[in-house]
Amino acid sequence: MIENIASMLLGGMAAGMVLFIVSVGLSVTMGLMGFVNLAHGAFAMLGGYIIVLSMRHWGVGFAAALAIGFVLTAAISMVFERLLYSRLYKAGELDQVLFTIGLVFMFIAGLTVVVGPENQPVPIPAELRGQLNLGIVQYRTYSIFLIVVGIVIAVGLWLGFERTRFGAQIRAAVDNRRMAESLGINIDRLFAITFGFGSGMAAIGGGLGAEFLGLDPQYALKYLVFFLIVVSVGGLGSIFGVFWASIIIGVLDFVLKKYVPQGGTLFIYVLTIMLLLWRPQGLFGKPQ
Amino acid sequence: MSAPAPAYENPGAQALTGRHRLRLWEPLPWLLALAFYFLFPRHLGFGTELLITVLFALSLDLALGYAGIVTLGHAAFFGAGAYTVGMLAHHGIWNEPITSLFAAAAVAAAIGFASGLVLLRTTGLTLLMLTLCTMALLEEAANLGHDWTGGFDGLTGITIPPLFGLFEFNPLFPKVQYLYILGVLLVCFVFVRTLVYSPFGQSLTGIRENTLRMHAVGAPVRTRLIVCYTISAAVAGVAGGLWAQANAYVNLSTLGLDRAATVLIILVLGGYGRLYGAFVGAVAYMVLAHFLSKLYPTAWQLGLGLMLVIIALFFRGGILGMGDVITNWLRKLRAPS
Amino acid sequence: MTTLLETRSVSKNFGALAASTDINFKLESGARHALIGPNGAGKTTFINLLTGVLLPSSGTVLLKGRDITTMEQAQRVKLGIARTFQINRLFRGLSVLENVYISIAERVGAASQMLAPAGTRRDVIDEAMALLETLKLANDAHRTIAGLPYGRQRLVELAITLGQKPEVLLLDEPAAGVPSAESHIILDAIDALPKSIGVLIIDHDMDLVFRFAQRITVLVRGAIFAEGTPKEIGANPDVRAVYLGQAAHV
Repeated sequence: MIENIASMLLGGMAAGMVLFIVSVGLSVTMGLMGFVNLAHGAFAMLGGYIIVLSMRHWGVGFAAALAIGFVLTAAISMVFERLLYSRLYKAGELDQVLFTIGLVFMFIAGLTVVVGPENQPVPIPAELRGQLNLGIVQYRTYSIFLIVVGIVIAVGLWLGFERTRFGAQIRAAVDNRRMAESLGINIDRLFAITFGFGSGMAAIGGGLGAEFLGLDPQYALKYLVFFLIVVSVGGLGSIFGVFWASIIIGVLDFVLKKYVPQGGTLFIYVLTIMLLLWRPQGLFGKPQ
Repeated sequence: MSAPAPAYENPGAQALTGRHRLRLWEPLPWLLALAFYFLFPRHLGFGTELLITVLFALSLDLALGYAGIVTLGHAAFFGAGAYTVGMLAHHGIWNEPITSLFAAAAVAAAIGFASGLVLLRTTGLTLLMLTLCTMALLEEAANLGHDWTGGFDGLTGITIPPLFGLFEFNPLFPKVQYLYILGVLLVCFVFVRTLVYSPFGQSLTGIRENTLRMHAVGAPVRTRLIVCYTISAAVAGVAGGLWAQANAYVNLSTLGLDRAATVLIILVLGGYGRLYGAFVGAVAYMVLAHFLSKLYPTAWQLGLGLMLVIIALFFRGGILGMGDVITNWLRKLRAPS
Repeated sequence: MTTLLETRSVSKNFGALAASTDINFKLESGARHALIGPNGAGKTTFINLLTGVLLPSSGTVLLKGRDITTMEQAQRVKLGIARTFQINRLFRGLSVLENVYISIAERVGAASQMLAPAGTRRDVIDEAMALLETLKLANDAHRTIAGLPYGRQRLVELAITLGQKPEVLLLDEPAAGVPSAESHIILDAIDALPKSIGVLIIDHDMDLVFRFAQRITVLVRGAIFAEGTPKEIGANPDVRAVYLGQAAHV
C-alpha cells in the first residue's frame, strides 16, 4: 500500500519536474512580456533534438549534451526574440498566437526535413538506468534523478530570482513594467536574456523528458496544452506557482492514468476550467 | 418607413447609411459557386467541404473578427453540431436534414451560451486557455461516451432521408448535397451580414476596438459578448451539422485543436472582420491544401507556418487587407494630389 | 440649486497607499466646477470613484440623493454620469461618425437592434452629425480615428461623451494635447450645453480653468486642500505655496 503510494508519488513527481523545467521559462516570459508564446514547446523540442543529436554525432556525454542543448537553444531563441518576437510585444494576442503557431509549424516541418519524422530515443547513461533502493520502495533511478534535478533547478531559480540583482529586476518588471523602465532597467536586455534563459531551460526539459514523452516533430503541438495548463494554473510569472502546479498536474496525471486510463485527462481539464474561473490569475499569480 | 429621408452629403454619413447596401460584386461568389457546380461535377465532394469551411470561418469571424473574442476552441461548436446530427440520426431519433440542422444549431448555441456565460468574464491568456480546455473537454467526453458517440471510431453510416422527401443524398455524386449546402450557406450568410451591419454589430466592433470605452458609454458589454458568442456557436453548429450530413459520419476530428487552428488560420488568411475574408481564406487555403498537402506535406506545413508568421508581422488584414492596400495605392497613383 | 453629485467622506486605499482621503464634495446642478492639484494629487482617482471604475474603500457616493457607491459603471452612465478620459479611449479602427454613433445608439437603446442596418437609424445619425457640427468635426466624419491628428482625436473623445447627454459631465484634462487655437472649441461646446448640467473639469491649464470655472476645488495628496471661487483660490497663499513648491520640484 505504502509502496504503491510512494511509487505513484515518485512517478508523478518525476513527470511533474519535467513539466516544471519546460514550463518555468514560459511562465516567466508570459508574466514579464505578456506574450502568448505558443512556440515555447517548439524550443523545448529543438533543445531535445540538439541534445540527442550531439550525443549521437559528436559522442559527448549526457551532461555535456544538456549543456550544449541549453546554450544553443538559448542563443537561437534570443535571435528569434530580438528579430521577430520583439516586433509583436505591443500587438494583440491574436497576432502573437498566429505568429507563434506559424513558428511551431515551421519548427515541425524543419525538423521533419532535417532529421526525419520518427521518434528519437535519448540514450541514457548506464548509471541512471536500473532501480534504486530507497528503503521503503525500489524505484527507477532515472525518475529519482529527474526529481533531484528538478528540485535543484527550482531552488537555484528561486535563489536567482530572489537574491540576485537580475532576479530583482525581473520581479520589478513583472509587477510594473513602466515603473521598472522609469527606474532605468534596460527592458530590452532583460527580455532577451529572460527569453533565452527560459528557452534554454525548456531545452533541458525537452532532453530530460524525452525518455517518457518521446521526441518527434509533433512534440511541439502534442504537449503544448499541458505546458499552457501548468503555466495558467500556477500563475504567470511565479516560479513557485509553476513548481507546485507541475507537481500537482504531474502526480494527478500519473495517478489518473493508472486508475482511470479512460477519461483521466477529462478530469484535469475540468479542474483547470474550474480553477481558472475561480482564480483567473492562477494559484499563485497576482490579480490583474 | 415613411418617405425616404434625403441623402446625406457628408461622406462620413453617406458611408454609414450606404454600407449595408448590396455592392455590385457581391453576387459574384455565389455565381462562382454555381459555376463550380456545372464546371467541376467530379469535384463536388471537395466543393461541399469548401462551402462548409466557409460557413465555419464565417461563424468565427462573427466572434473573432467583429467582437474580438480570441478563441482557440471554436471547433467545440462545430463538433457539437456534427455530433448532434450524427447521434440523432445514428440512434434513429431524427434525421430529416433541415430540422436536424436546427437541432445542431440549438445544441451548439446552448453550449456556446453556457460556456460564454462563464468564459467571457475573462480576457487574454485566460480566455484562450478556457476556450481550449472547453474544447478538449468536449473531445474527451465524445471519446469516452462510446455508447452514444462511437468513441474513438466515431459514428459511421448515418442515413439521411431525401431532402423535402424528393432529392436523394448520393454519397458518390454529391450534387444534391452541394446545392443544399450552398443554400444553407446563403441563408446563414444573409443572417450574419444583416447582423454585422446592424447597430448590434456596430456595438460589437466597439467592444473589439475599445472595451473600456464601451463600459463608459453604458454598454452591457458582457451580455453583448455572450449573445454574439451564442449566435456564432449556433452558426458553427450548423456548419458541423452539414459536415455530418455531407460525409455521413462523425468522428473526433470535428472537435479537435487541428480543426480549430485551421479555421483560425483560414479566417486570418482571408482577412478577419470583413465578412468575405471567410470566403477568400477558405478558397485559398483549401485549394492550396488540396494540391500541396498530399504531395508535399512537409513543404506545405513549412509554407503555412511561414505565411502565418508573415501575416502576423506584416499583413494583419490577410489577403483582402492586401487587396485594400493595393487598391489604395493604385488610387493614389491615378490621382496625384 | 440642487445637488447632483455628492461624496461623503470618500477614501480609497491601494494597499498601504492612500489615494483619496476623506473627500467631501458636492457638484451642484448648473455648476462649472474645476478640480486642480499637483501631479499625483489623486484627481483621476477621484473621477474613477465617481464613475464606478473604482469602488471607494469607505464613504458614500450619492447621485441626486441616491446612494450609488457600489453601482456598476454602465448603470451610472444610464443615470446620467458621463466622463472623458485623460488618455484618449476611442474606437481607433472606426470612423469619427461611427465613434459617436456607438455612443448615441447606446443611449437611445438602438444598440441591441440586430435585424435592421445601422445606417437606417437616421435619428442616431442626425444627432451624431449635429454633435460633430458643434465640435467642428463634421468634415472629418468619414475619417478613421487612427489617421486623425491628436487634437482632433481629443474632440472625438469629448463628442462620444456628449453623445451620452449627461446630467453630470466629468472632463479629465479635455484640452491636453489640443492646439491652443482649437481649445476654444471645447469651451464653446461646453457653453452650448444646457445650463442645468453639472460640469466638473480637471485641467492643468490655469488659463482655461480660471476662464471656465465658477468654483474650484484644490486636491493635494488625495485630500481636499482648499475650495472656493476662482478669486478666493487665486488669492489663497497656501494654494500658491503648493503650486510654487511643485514648481520648485520640477
